[in-house]
Amino acid sequence: MSTLKVDVHHVTRVEGHGNIVVDVENGELTQCDLQIVETPRFFEAMLRGRAYDEASHITSRICGICAVGHATASLRATEQALGVTPSLQTTLLRKLNFHGEILDSHVLHIYMLVAPDYLGLGSVIPLAKSAPDIVLRALRMKQLAGDLCATLCGRHTHPISMTVGGFTQFPKPAELRALRERLVASRADCDATIQLLQGLEFPAFERDTEYVALHRDDEYCFIDGSIASSDGGIRPLAEYREVTNETIVAHSSAKHTRHRRESYMVGALARFNINYDRLHPRAQAAAEALGLRPKTINPYLNAAAQAVEVVHCTEDAILLIDQLLDQGIKPEAPAAPTRMSGEGVGAADVPRGTLFHHYWIEGGTIVGANCIIPTGQNLANIELDMRALVPGILDRTQQEITLALEMLVRAYDPCISCSTHMLDVKFVKAVGAR
Amino acid sequence: MNPKVAFFEFTSCEGCQLTVLDTLQRHPELLEVIEIVQFREAMTERSDDYRIAFIEGSCTRPSDEAKIREIRKQAQIVIAVGACAHLGGINAIRNRMPLDDVREYVYGEKKDWFETYPARPLSAVIKVDAVIPGCPIDRDEFVMAVTHLLQGRMPAIPDYPLCIECKLTENVCMFLRGQTCLGPITRAGCDAICPSCGQGCEGCRGLIPSPNLGAIKEALRERGMTEEQIDARLSLFLTYQTMQMEGVTPA
Ligand code: SF4
Ligand code: SF4
Ligand code: SF4
Repeated sequence: MSTLKVDVHHVTRVEGHGNIVVDVENGELTQCDLQIVETPRFFEAMLRGRAYDEASHITSRICGICAVGHATASLRATEQALGVTPSLQTTLLRKLNFHGEILDSHVLHIYMLVAPDYLGLGSVIPLAKSAPDIVLRALRMKQLAGDLCATLCGRHTHPISMTVGGFTQFPKPAELRALRERLVASRADCDATIQLLQGLEFPAFERDTEYVALHRDDEYCFIDGSIASSDGGIRPLAEYREVTNETIVAHSSAKHTRHRRESYMVGALARFNINYDRLHPRAQAAAEALGLRPKTINPYLNAAAQAVEVVHCTEDAILLIDQLLDQGIKPEAPAAPTRMSGEGVGAADVPRGTLFHHYWIEGGTIVGANCIIPTGQNLANIELDMRALVPGILDRTQQEITLALEMLVRAYDPCISCSTHMLDVKFVKAVGAR
Repeated sequence: MNPKVAFFEFTSCEGCQLTVLDTLQRHPELLEVIEIVQFREAMTERSDDYRIAFIEGSCTRPSDEAKIREIRKQAQIVIAVGACAHLGGINAIRNRMPLDDVREYVYGEKKDWFETYPARPLSAVIKVDAVIPGCPIDRDEFVMAVTHLLQGRMPAIPDYPLCIECKLTENVCMFLRGQTCLGPITRAGCDAICPSCGQGCEGCRGLIPSPNLGAIKEALRERGMTEEQIDARLSLFLTYQTMQMEGVTPA
């Protein structure tokens, strides 16, 4: 298709400066917004005029944490557009690489961002003194994840060797075996992670909402698949706009999305709720140990779902390596495009949720692009959570309310800087008698 | 007393700061010799009393400038971290396009809601004492930079082209593999990581002093690239630098 009809929207990291604004008048909540004001980055506009094989390198720069996820969704969009069918080996290598990113990001979130809240600390730094074993474990797990990515694609932040149709570099069997050994050894760290979370007291806040995630019948899906909703219905990726339905709200530079209800949630908890049956048995056992079952409607438990995914990805990475070693790694040329013009949608369920890239390509040059990031999809849901949460805790001090809201926002693991301790909670009028 | 160090970010993907975090985790000894007083990605505490400022990200809106100047006023040493801060980075791709068009493409009627102007490197706003190039930065180079600072020197970066490093790595040249590479005009220092991974260099570390742009364009033309493709290639990370060389101002 050659005409260009792209919905305009805002793609940005949405890391950065998020503001929570709460206004209570005579004990009544009149305003409760999560404001995202981020410098616009214009990635979609910048893709126009670019050779198709540059897109994944450009879009990986949207985010430093989800770089592999952006590259993967981008490559899938390009491949859909140009009729490229990657080999089984490419698919396996991509999945393995993806697990590296999920592990890295989840460990960072659980240990560095969420745990300090529950342990009453401002950051992970004091933990290094009081509980060095916890910090060392997190570092060990992160290092393994980073090394996994580096082995497969050169580095984690902005992968190098992933390209349209395949890879430009291949891991050696010895490297894969070494990674496998470390992954097996990492089971003890996974168990300890589950134990750590068992010991945290998650706030008992629940709000039922719609959960949306990529879905496949044959695996716990992170790449490709269809779009499934906990409210029912499965749609092909090409219909992503029927799900995301972006709308502009005045108080946020990121658009909101809604599907069947006023808002929906994406991310680890959504994936868990939708794809629970396809988790590795060890991950299901971990969920059991955490008292987590589908459908879990406490958003604070997103971190627990992430821990379950850490177990799953570790186990699945071992299986993928076995499969790759079994069939032997062949250096192979990337699968070639079968046409030079077309339109394609690619999707990946990155650490924070479902990510869509949509490209229009003509004669090998990108002429239009649309990217929808997970944090944007979660914003409306976070806001409705806040609105449901605040009335029940108005008797607390301003400081306590602030912390509860910050922890709620952080639970979603919005892009990293929102999730660190820099949210500006502004009370328009004082709340709480104390 | 350990020098007080602060980290800041402007328009960026924060990948460089993540690399810094990762480096600090792998080299905890660094935390023994510097005192980090502000690092949004890692900690709650915040102090405006610092001597060394590491800044990531490019300046993409007028309102960023005051904050950048404020940091310059406070810090004795300002280091630009990563291609965004060093070169305007990937953000500057749009500098060659009419800004209005870019805004309209992404925001439609709401294009005026969001403040923006052509992306620029930090050095276009303030005096920068040193840079750590790359997208993302190289871990070892960050460690080296800190070491140099502690020794009272400015961090130095190579001023020879990537090809030299690439040869030392014993890569088969991308041009000989039938592909293209910006190595001949790009500053070394990353151990030619992209050619080593089977991809041509994209120039993320910026131009060497006195690059021969004519020669690289000719080499790319010989590989069958069109003028548009060559311009696109050279503008991935090098938009700001090449526009300056050509004396072109953003539309
Ligand atoms: S230079 Fe690259 S890695 Fe660093 S912040 Fe900018 S886009 Fe991210
Ligand atoms: S691959 Fe690139 S960096 Fe290496 S020698 Fe060739 S042109 Fe130079
Ligand atoms: S090879 Fe080129 S693009 Fe790759 S990291 Fe080095 S300077 Fe950057």
